[in-house]
Amino acid sequence: MSSLYEKIGGEGAVNAAVDIFYRKVLKDDRIKHFFDGVDMAKQAAKQKAFLTVAFGGPNKYSGEDMRKGHAHLVKNGLNDSHFDAVMEHLGATLKELNVPADLIGQAAAVAESTRNDVLGK
Amino acid sequence: MLDCLTAHGVSIPSSCHAGICQTCLMQAISGNIPATAQPGLKNTLVAQNYFLACSFHPQEDVQIRLPMTGLGKLSATVAEIDFLNTQIVRLKLALNTKFNYKAGQFINLFKDNATSRAYSLASVPGIDDQLQFHIRKLPDGLVSHWVHHDLKVGDNVDISDASGDCFYVPDMPDQKLLLIATGTGLAPLYGIVRDALFQGHSGTIKLYHGSNSPDLVYLSEELKSLALQFDHFNYTPCISGKTVPQGFAAGRAQEVAFKENQDLSGWRVFLCGHPKMVSTGKKLAFLAGASTGNIYADPFVLVPRSASKTISA
Ligand code: HEM
Repeated sequence: MSSLYEKIGGEGAVNAAVDIFYRKVLKDDRIKHFFDGVDMAKQAAKQKAFLTVAFGGPNKYSGEDMRKGHAHLVKNGLNDSHFDAVMEHLGATLKELNVPADLIGQAAAVAESTRNDVLGK
Repeated sequence: MLDCLTAHGVSIPSSCHAGICQTCLMQAISGNIPATAQPGLKNTLVAQNYFLACSFHPQEDVQIRLPMTGLGKLSATVAEIDFLNTQIVRLKLALNTKFNYKAGQFINLFKDNATSRAYSLASVPGIDDQLQFHIRKLPDGLVSHWVHHDLKVGDNVDISDASGDCFYVPDMPDQKLLLIATGTGLAPLYGIVRDALFQGHSGTIKLYHGSNSPDLVYLSEELKSLALQFDHFNYTPCISGKTVPQGFAAGRAQEVAFKENQDLSGWRVFLCGHPKMVSTGKKLAFLAGASTGNIYADPFVLVPRSASKTISA
């Protein structure tokens, strides 16, 4: 049985998705300010990390890492509405790449499972 | 590699441990680096033997280091100093030894052991025998003041090795290139444009250079004649101030450039100069369709008198 990550298309899918996803995020007035001031190239690598996590791909991030990694954003007001916006862009990106709906649902569920850690609840 | 370093008490920055986040970036000084240790790295990093420690399983001896700039030091001789305009001089240095660099990289120029500033290389290996720099005199600039007033032809000066990731790699000769510079950010781009042409780049090359006023524009005649010589090279000097003479575009270089080129999908983009121009330019280029891997930048950060690590224009 292959994993969600493999079914979506592995590293190739992450590479195809990252620019589409990040362009959506940077154009979104609700959340783009969280991404100011971080170097674009470094940020793109982190977006790849994000997508790899969401696709259930190989990563060593723990819930604690997610908590620490977003703590400075929570301090600046990161909340459920911003999380929802990111979820929206994740779904739209995968749709644009013609990923089947059931796989999009699974990826969304993985991302959703990090909500409390990302938001520091 | 990462596990081995950590196990031996050498701690380097790392995060994802899966070849994605690029936090554990290192550079090989000798030895072979397999492509599997360079997942997702930009072509300019691959060209300099960078790799990710977490993804590298060495099969043979290698010498490695953390990414650092300006390690070695070597002596050069001042071959020429001339004024490009009232504020900018062109400094040419001659070296006795072979010097490895790419047009657009930078070196540290040492005034003395304690004081150095980074300057971009405007010269091109294969075209120019001497190293070339464009140095603007800054009100408080220790090193630029020294270059403008004290340095003479025949003087010996120390410089560091070349480093930096903003240069031309001839892997896609028909790609379109957009280059935007403000002030002496033209130096690296003047090098990169000539390097690309020299290496036979066949895709369109568009250079926009911005200045506040006409008297701060430099190398304009030379770039115009280069544009006449090469049909696919296009040069637009831009003036952001009030008086805009004939032959110049009105507005900031990046405004003009992004207005004239709205769809940048598939383009390679170079941005050098004012840090604010560079950071907004990166974002605008990306939103206009350029992929992050195709955006190369070199922000010129002015340094306070005490510090000396960042680049000064
Ligand atoms: C949906 C669940 C999310 C997951 C799985 C996730 C995952 C990640 C990962 C793996 C990183 C890279 C950490 C590193 O290696 O340094 C990261 C960084 C980041 N994330 Fe998220 N993230 C999520 C939601 C969000 C949201 C909702 C926002 C803001 C709207 C956000 C903004 C950021 C920013 C700005 C960074 C870079 C932090 C920095 O370097 O300063 N993330 N995220």
